[in-house]
Amino acid sequence: MKVVPVRHTGRWIAGAVMVVIVAMLVHTLFSKVATGQTSCHTVSGVRSCHPVVNWRFSWNIVFHYFTSSEILHGLVLTIELTILAMLIGIVLGITIAIMRLSPNRLLSSTAWSYTWFFRGTPVYVQLLFWFNISAIYQSLSIGIPFLHVTFLHIDAVSLFTPFRAALIGLGLNEGAYMSEIARSGLIAVDEGQFEAASSLGMTRGQTLRLVVLPQAMRVIIPPTGNEVISMLKTTSLASAISVVEVLGAAQNIYAANYEVMPLLITASIWYLIITTVLSIGQFYLERHFARGAQRTPPPTPIARLRTDVKGIVAKFRTPRPAMTREVVA
Amino acid sequence: MSAESAVGAVPMVEARAVCKHYAGVEVLKGVDLVVNRGEVTCLIGPSGSGKSTLLRCINHLEKHDAGELLVDGQLVGYEARDGKLYERSDKQICVERSRIGMVFQRFNLFQHLTVLDNVTIGQVKVKNVSPDAAVTRARELLARVGLDAKEKNYPSQLSGGQQQRVAIARALAMEPKLMLFDEPTSALDPELVGEVLDVMKDLARSGMTMIVVTHEMGFAREVADTVYFLDRGIIEESGDPRKVLTAPSSERLKSFLSKVL
Ligand SMILES: Nc1ncnc2c1ncn2[C@@H]1O[C@H](COP(=O)(O)OP(=O)(O)OP(=O)(O)O)[C@@H](O)[C@H]1O
Ligand SMILES: [Mg+2]
Repeated sequence: MKVVPVRHTGRWIAGAVMVVIVAMLVHTLFSKVATGQTSCHTVSGVRSCHPVVNWRFSWNIVFHYFTSSEILHGLVLTIELTILAMLIGIVLGITIAIMRLSPNRLLSSTAWSYTWFFRGTPVYVQLLFWFNISAIYQSLSIGIPFLHVTFLHIDAVSLFTPFRAALIGLGLNEGAYMSEIARSGLIAVDEGQFEAASSLGMTRGQTLRLVVLPQAMRVIIPPTGNEVISMLKTTSLASAISVVEVLGAAQNIYAANYEVMPLLITASIWYLIITTVLSIGQFYLERHFARGAQRTPPPTPIARLRTDVKGIVAKFRTPRPAMTREVVA
Repeated sequence: MSAESAVGAVPMVEARAVCKHYAGVEVLKGVDLVVNRGEVTCLIGPSGSGKSTLLRCINHLEKHDAGELLVDGQLVGYEARDGKLYERSDKQICVERSRIGMVFQRFNLFQHLTVLDNVTIGQVKVKNVSPDAAVTRARELLARVGLDAKEKNYPSQLSGGQQQRVAIARALAMEPKLMLFDEPTSALDPELVGEVLDVMKDLARSGMTMIVVTHEMGFAREVADTVYFLDRGIIEESGDPRKVLTAPSSERLKSFLSKVL
């Protein structure tokens, strides 16, 4: 008997609507508008005039500044801030999460207070705070309180450059969020893993480092990937404390030439490019840490593409076997 | 009496009136138990009677509150010196534990490590054995439990019985003087129980001192030198398995056996 596949009429209609919407979007992105000026030429004695048109989204300006040295310098700063602030955040977050789960009440309540404070105040306020810290601490010294013993003495203004203020602010704030992520990862590891490690004679530190953290990573990595992407965009707040990262660079340029929209688009495209690269990295990292958790790891996009292509080729090469069944009389 | 025969005479485990309570609930109410070297001791009893708790006290995963618990002639968690008891440091307790193997009901293999790495990690990180020597020993042990072909697999790719045999190999890799088994076959499908019990029987024949919490009465009858019946935190009855399991004297053991068998 012949098998008749189900017709998905709804899917076809939804698909058609989407095609129309996408077409409109592409059209407006690449449309041109009149500038109100006319330009006239004289070609072999004939003078002709026509209105001047421009890209609605000023793509020529966008791409003129896209690889300009100011923007590229800003981009480097954005990437540096993202990586360094995340490193601070991850190390701090894991430390705080371990403190939080410690049987020592003093450690766990310190960790709780940290998270409470840094999650409870806006990161923008925290950045302004570190930027202006020299207003309350003219200098920093390390020594023993009340005894007038000082080992180290630093001038606050030279210590808290805008970049460092942004780094500290973003890193400390991220530590609070990362600690919650790390904590959920540590909790997700089965109690039996601690017991098995202890029964082999591992110390608490070894158990955490060799057994628990590697397994917690599987839970920690995906939300951390989101945190990195979110951090990439949060670094734009640093422009408010005079760090010339990519948005700051764009602002500096449009402050001079008033091409606000094209420069915002330039910055946005860069953010999109880095986000894309980060997402790809995240996929491979997740795959790496999922080892042992799944019987067969998910295929890489390239492997998936290969099997898809193979499937399509196979479909065209060999005639589809007729889905018929012998009817037994 | 020579020093050697004195050591030989000291039991591997000796518990005298061991008590343990959790938040008001008395779990062990004065347990007495002696496990001689090279002997297999089976611990039976109803759920919640404190069998796991007793095992966990023996390798100091839990601290008992009262009574004396000696492993290899040494007080668990304390050192007697100059007429005083010195509490052992965390480091010393880890060393003590590394000489006592433990096998769990739910295997507890390290999920992120291959079978081979599961068996080498303790040797390398705790005993400071060189990685090459650890791998050699791990392969020997995996061959002994019949899993040499699976060394590159992850635990999630093995059957329950295979996982438990790896767990036994992992514990043996530490060269323990005592092996504790906490219901090693209770989480297994019936057809997989045999393969794990066979490994344990082989281990018993090799002269390993073992304490086995089990509901497998056939195993207890065949392999155990002594059976202890633990009920509501006290040892109700103990002795030769042929006597204890076939002609129990206490009513509680009679009714327990009638439910298990
Ligand atoms: N960490 C703990 N905190 C509080 N109570 C506990 C704890 N561990 C065990 N108990 C209690 O102690 C009692 C004995 O537990 P244990 O695990 O030793 O029993 P068991 O004989 O091994 O039972 P089973 O055959 O079910 O494994 C139980 O009533 C249990 O609820
Ligand atoms: Mg138990």
